[in-house]
Amino acid sequence: MGMDNNNLVEVENLVMYFPVTAGIMRRKVADVKAVDGISFYIKNGETLGLVGESGCGKTTTGRCILRLYEITSGKITFDGVDISKLNKEQMRNMRRNMQLIFQDPFASLDPRQTAGSIIGEPLQVHKLVKGQEYKEQVAELLKMVELEPRMSVRYPHEFSGGQRQRLGLARALAVRPKFIVCDEPVSALDVSIQAQIITLLLRLKQELNLTYLFIAHDLSVVRHISDRVGVMYLGRMAELTRSDELYDNPLHPYTQALLSAVPIPDPAVDRQRKRILLSGDVPSPIFTPGGCHFHPRCSVAMDVCKDQVPEFKDVGNEHWVACWRV
Amino acid sequence: MRLIPYPPGVIMGGEVIFKGRDLLAISEAEIRKIRGDEIAMVFQEPTTSLNPLFSIKTQLSESLILHRDMDKEGAAEESVKLLKQVGIPDAERRVNNYPHQFSGGMQQRIMIAMALTCNPDLLIADEPTTSVDVTVQAQLLDIIDRLRTEYGTAVIIITHNLGVIARYVDRVNVMYAGRLVESGETGALFAQPMHPYTMGLLSSVPRLDLPRKHELFVIGGQPPNLARIPPGCAFHPRCQFAIDRCRQEIPELEEITDGRHSACFRSRELPELVGK
Repeated sequence: MGMDNNNLVEVENLVMYFPVTAGIMRRKVADVKAVDGISFYIKNGETLGLVGESGCGKTTTGRCILRLYEITSGKITFDGVDISKLNKEQMRNMRRNMQLIFQDPFASLDPRQTAGSIIGEPLQVHKLVKGQEYKEQVAELLKMVELEPRMSVRYPHEFSGGQRQRLGLARALAVRPKFIVCDEPVSALDVSIQAQIITLLLRLKQELNLTYLFIAHDLSVVRHISDRVGVMYLGRMAELTRSDELYDNPLHPYTQALLSAVPIPDPAVDRQRKRILLSGDVPSPIFTPGGCHFHPRCSVAMDVCKDQVPEFKDVGNEHWVACWRV
Repeated sequence: MRLIPYPPGVIMGGEVIFKGRDLLAISEAEIRKIRGDEIAMVFQEPTTSLNPLFSIKTQLSESLILHRDMDKEGAAEESVKLLKQVGIPDAERRVNNYPHQFSGGMQQRIMIAMALTCNPDLLIADEPTTSVDVTVQAQLLDIIDRLRTEYGTAVIIITHNLGVIARYVDRVNVMYAGRLVESGETGALFAQPMHPYTMGLLSSVPRLDLPRKHELFVIGGQPPNLARIPPGCAFHPRCQFAIDRCRQEIPELEEITDGRHSACFRSRELPELVGK
């Protein structure tokens, strides 16, 4: 992976296995290979999208970068610092720079705290304000996400889904982070509200010079918001390239199938498209296939795909792909 | 389907005509015969619709024995055939499995198979792919579409996914706050929406095929609270074209051009308004 000091995040050979235990001795019998050796970087001020189907490891990847899990192996560098080597205290300070927003804003907001105290809590935890400043900051944050300062006395249930997502965002912004992992932030919202939140995220990124890792299963949304997009399949990165390139020139057979499965909301365009059908389901991350993880469902698989893992390499113009056929 | 529990739900009026009969006027016994037999339904959450205690064979057979007078052996054979039709591999063995042994996509296939047990004339699919991945969504909707062409089953797809509509349906009805606001043939409706809500909806979703830097249109405000629907046109507080009349009068759904209906006072001048 190219070392470039403009990279805010660098992930090298990240592996995250979760043990499967059995019996009263909690003997380990297998591993869920949630993330199985991936490498990528996120540049300063960039939005990197991660897409893939349920269980492909995109959420786990995001959580590993925030060190919410102790990784199995690999290296994660944030702002030049190897975060796996940090102790608790150092990590707590580091977290001020990295925040997370969730899919279900309701589940991630304490129902017994007012909006103001939810947003203000990180300010106090990180000792960023004192006294009178606190109220002003909370009001400022609410305005930033297009809510009204008077709403600070309300409780989460008094907000709509879209407004709760704005609250979650305000809480994340409270500590003035450099980097936000957005994990399916619009998936639970109405179509008309999705556009509001996407537009807000784009505006805040511009104004506050943020860097995003945007995780979602909706390819159209991910492509719209991201500068580059990585496509994951069963714990590995299949392809990673600029967002426009991904639709114009997808190289991995999985990316091609995934794109063709997404219907375009315009019958004049969609009904002209060539369809690639994928058969079967994604295999279990415990019993992963040998070689390329995608080979049992791939229409162009060869013998080599069955036993050798294709290297994830740059084929030019920052277009990375892991496929023997490329 | 008359599946809304009473109380609290009350059908206040209207007619539901199915094959010439008003479903709201017939007895509970008669509607039971139609349900699952002539009209079948596929729900959003297959996990909550399948009984975890019975094998797939038992659950499919129940309806076959009840509605199609089959014996146990015949029903078992038919169950395998149905599973094959919805693309479940190794159907002979899998028919003996229980719901938890299938993935979400496979469970939804079983739901479709169950809906098909009686060759319904009408299949209502309520957000059938909301909880599945996009490649599985394509598989499931392709199956429904194939069955529609093979057996001539009429299908109602209820969804919020505009892509699904564009790809699979012939005619669209757009609803807002409990009312139909626009209807028309899919191609025509997408090419030129006649209601500001439809128009806003279509331009607020990101599209894979458009240049990435285009800005999304944002419909402001919140979806209405159904207990407090705004007076006049329910969409007026979020509508950029609203005039005084919209705040006072409820617009009726009326034919604007051939086969195109819209419930908006300004539908006829909308193309011009948008041009400005």
